[in-house]
Amino acid sequence: MKSTAKQEVLALSGDEAVAYAAKQSDVDVVAAYPITPQTIIVEKFSEYVANGEVQTEFICTESEHSALTACLAASATGARTFTASASAGLALMHEMLFVTSGSRAPVVMAIANRALSAPLNIHGDQSDSMAERDSGWIQIYVENAQEAYDSVIQAFRIAEDLQVLLPVIVGLDGFTLSHTLENVKAFSDDVVQRFVGTRQLASVLTHEGKSVPFRLDPENPMTMGPIALPNYYFEFKRQQEEAMKNALAVIQRVNSEFAEVSGRSYGNGLVDAYCLEDAEVAVLCVGSTAGTLKTVVDALRQEGVKAGLLRLRTFRPLPVEEIRSALANVKAVAVMDKSMSFGGNGGAVFHEVRHVLYDAEAHPFVVNYIYGLGGRDTSPRELRGIYEDLQRILKAQCVEMIVQYLGLRE
Amino acid sequence: MTSREKSWKEIAPAGVCSKSSTGFKTGDWKTYMPVRDPAKCTRCLTCVLFCPDGAILWRPEKGDIEFDYSYCKGCGICANECPTKAITMKLEQELVSK
Repeated sequence: MKSTAKQEVLALSGDEAVAYAAKQSDVDVVAAYPITPQTIIVEKFSEYVANGEVQTEFICTESEHSALTACLAASATGARTFTASASAGLALMHEMLFVTSGSRAPVVMAIANRALSAPLNIHGDQSDSMAERDSGWIQIYVENAQEAYDSVIQAFRIAEDLQVLLPVIVGLDGFTLSHTLENVKAFSDDVVQRFVGTRQLASVLTHEGKSVPFRLDPENPMTMGPIALPNYYFEFKRQQEEAMKNALAVIQRVNSEFAEVSGRSYGNGLVDAYCLEDAEVAVLCVGSTAGTLKTVVDALRQEGVKAGLLRLRTFRPLPVEEIRSALANVKAVAVMDKSMSFGGNGGAVFHEVRHVLYDAEAHPFVVNYIYGLGGRDTSPRELRGIYEDLQRILKAQCVEMIVQYLGLRE
Repeated sequence: MTSREKSWKEIAPAGVCSKSSTGFKTGDWKTYMPVRDPAKCTRCLTCVLFCPDGAILWRPEKGDIEFDYSYCKGCGICANECPTKAITMKLEQELVSK
């Protein structure tokens, strides 16, 4: 194995780690609007701009809808583009999320995951980005500030890959990660710039039959974002699905290439397993809760319980094969959802994981825990209770409650 | 679905146009079409300026205007703006059947 690049340990919050990664990734345009708990990202980045530390064009917009519109337009010219949002801000972008992915603009956006109103709540849960799961964006959720830094750098490579050309959301849990100071190993600027490289452009045929770079360019005018009637719209949507499939391989490749430079990897980039090889009971979660779950798994292993953990790092595209093989030998799985799908009989992650396991040879028991809404704290003791529930299910060989609420007052 | 329409594997991403917009004869959308009375028309060219589709052309060699019905969608703005009421909107169906 090649020696890794020199790194410096910095004390950074998750938001600062995101801003620092964007600063080093040679971003051409940032258009953003501040919202708690993402604010620090935008503040920090504007500081870099004010200090002349970056060459980035920084656009303060009047709303998140405009921020993403500006990013899409900049990205269409071939610029590397970054933004960040959360909660109501992301919701206001909703329309433009679809336009961005449909336009195949590789915008990278950090989301400091936060609850949605009403009632008003500024704290962390994953309702905001989970509500955008069908918007055509790749979604990567991180466990800690280090991974937030690493994933933003990786996101540019994934988004801009010519087999992908899709926008990427990097989700970090609001406050738990966004505002918590951690030791983060950071590269020097040149290492990051070498890793992300220069944005490459796809080739398309213009109406004159010329093959030109896929970007808005007065020298080679082309129409972007035209109307597609019933005879073609469907075909464009199918292209996006193919790009998502291609992203599965690209995310894994970028994860391993990043490991060569950093010495760090996150499972295979799609799922990150912990003590899962011989596990009988396992929890599947998304985001920072995995950190707490690892200490719980360690304690249970000490007691002889075959407990394991699968962190779903990439939620879109859903790594169907990887989830299925990771959980192939597990007998009972608890899926954790930090968001509600009202009336849906469980959360979004639960629905999808259960759908994946339908085609597994040995069906494990699969139950759902909704937790942490509006920033509700989740303790190791509560998480331990999930494993105890799973053991009871195995003993009884039946499930009493498919969907439960963890840490809720009944 | 006709055979000349391409599969999703053959088309440029994101709907980038592979042919000029002039190739799309959007005039077939119209229900009403503008008809001009040359006697009333003063060639002031107000209609040329107002037409949102550039479907009314000034022909200097003829010293007259010309409607390009391939692109006229029949919106009626020309008729509305004409200061001498030289343009009237007529049902295309009736004009064609006559």
